[in-house]
Amino acid sequence: MKLSREEVLNIAALCRMSLSEDELERFQGQISDILENFEILQQVDTTDVPPTAYPTPLQNVWRKDEARPSLPKEDILANAPRQEEGCFRVHAVLEGN
Amino acid sequence: MKLHDLTIHEARRLLKGREVSSVELTRAVLERISDIEDKVHAFVTITAERALKRAALSDKRIAGGDCTPLTGVPALIKDNMCTRGVATTCSSRMLQNFIAPYDATVVERLESAGMVMVGKSNMDEFAMGSSTEHSAFFTTRNPWDLGRVPGGSSGGSAVGVAAGEAIYALGSDTGGSIRQPASFCSVVGLKPTYGRVSRYGLVAFASSLDQIGPLTRDVTDAALVMNAIAGRDPADSTSVDHSVPDYTQSLVPDIKGIRLGIPREYFVEGMQPGVSDAIRAAISTLEGLGAEVDWDLSLPSTRYALAAYYIIAPSEAMANLARYDGVKYGYSHAGENMWDAMEKTRGHGFGPEVKRRIILGTYALSAGYYDAYYLKAQRVRTLIRREFEQAFQRYDALITPTSPTVPFRIGERVDDPLQMYLSDVCTLPVNIAGIPGLSIPAGFADGLPVGMQILGKPFSEEVLLRIGYAYEQATDWHTRRPDIQEG
Repeated sequence: MKLSREEVLNIAALCRMSLSEDELERFQGQISDILENFEILQQVDTTDVPPTAYPTPLQNVWRKDEARPSLPKEDILANAPRQEEGCFRVHAVLEGN
Repeated sequence: MKLHDLTIHEARRLLKGREVSSVELTRAVLERISDIEDKVHAFVTITAERALKRAALSDKRIAGGDCTPLTGVPALIKDNMCTRGVATTCSSRMLQNFIAPYDATVVERLESAGMVMVGKSNMDEFAMGSSTEHSAFFTTRNPWDLGRVPGGSSGGSAVGVAAGEAIYALGSDTGGSIRQPASFCSVVGLKPTYGRVSRYGLVAFASSLDQIGPLTRDVTDAALVMNAIAGRDPADSTSVDHSVPDYTQSLVPDIKGIRLGIPREYFVEGMQPGVSDAIRAAISTLEGLGAEVDWDLSLPSTRYALAAYYIIAPSEAMANLARYDGVKYGYSHAGENMWDAMEKTRGHGFGPEVKRRIILGTYALSAGYYDAYYLKAQRVRTLIRREFEQAFQRYDALITPTSPTVPFRIGERVDDPLQMYLSDVCTLPVNIAGIPGLSIPAGFADGLPVGMQILGKPFSEEVLLRIGYAYEQATDWHTRRPDIQEG
């Protein structure tokens, strides 16, 4: 599976992550090699084999729906890159796009 | 014996008998850190002042007769476990200044047992890697040869324990990140069963694979740490409500009649002869102790484990790391608008290996490829899990090498991701199946450590500890300490 430059750019856009020109070039080759190596999986007969998402047979885990104390707001905002009036400050979402 | 070289159980005996105080023990460990840290680079953060305060509190506790086996004993915590008030960086630019507002459940449990945390250990960024070379800060050195890697991703934790910079450590293991560095540094590393230890407060990498466990100087210490950290936690809904035994009860040097299978696929092509020789000798030792060893075992799907793992783990990582958007916490880059800022934040905040895996995971989950990659890998996961289940109907445990090689040289694999991924070939099937795995020192090849991996069915940690303990009683590999010199 040989990835094109456009495909790598497209994936990077999907995961909202900028790549330098150097990374773009390197990842294109490296990830192509990795995917080619993983073609080995297509040899495995998995007819009627269900997928495993989690190794333990846990089903839904419920907890009581009751109020509990949460962390203080100041503690949560302490790591925020930008804050204003006790809120996270974000870029405008609808503007310009 | 120097204080910094003690095991937990030796330290406990001295602390309880009031022959040594926790402050003295902690000072000895801190001195050792200042003596050798510039050679091995195991710590991202050293918490000396906090440690001495905790040690003084521990001494009061011990004087009052209220002590657990861990009270007053210095420990090192991998830097992907949240510690209230102390930075939790994941060795990433993204979290370089992140100070968690709460403790991970494992940290909270160790704190209440009386842990004296001396610092946070270096790791591959977000636990993605097998050498610590993917740390955004620096590479940790193997104390047995400073020119070689310590293994990863919990390389700092393994080195701290091997080099006397902590009495024990916690690591996390997604594909071998406790066991492989344990093997490379000649210490004991246990990856418990998936669900045995709470991951609340562990920075998530691959949620169906991640598990926390101890790195220690012997098997007894691993049992003591497990006693403190194992068990259901309502804050982690994947932690299993399964009774927690007293793991020290399994420290019985008797393995007569225990059935051991040796899966031939783990003696892989590319395995170093010195590693193979050491493991074969270790198996003979187990046989000499009365174990029934069967070499006629095949787990044919093992050859697909690497590919399945490197699709599943990056796919889960891609989803888990979507949270790093530069808004709520972590690194934040300026941008013209929301998307521009987010792309630059992620582009500059993550290092190359993390980005490689996010791209791989995004690709494997994207429309048109989901069935061929992600779903296929999950079906292969079922086959791997079933083969282990069948094997454990015939055997009490399986024995393999932990790594096909001794520690490799710094720089040798860092530019070749596939070569780096192969470092985990013996350990990652274990995470895929969710079973427990113990790595213990099993000798040396050309002066470099070799680890033996012992695998069991889910929640059979006691069996693994018993086999490890019996082996330890018959050998002295675990008592050897590296002589740290410039490499």
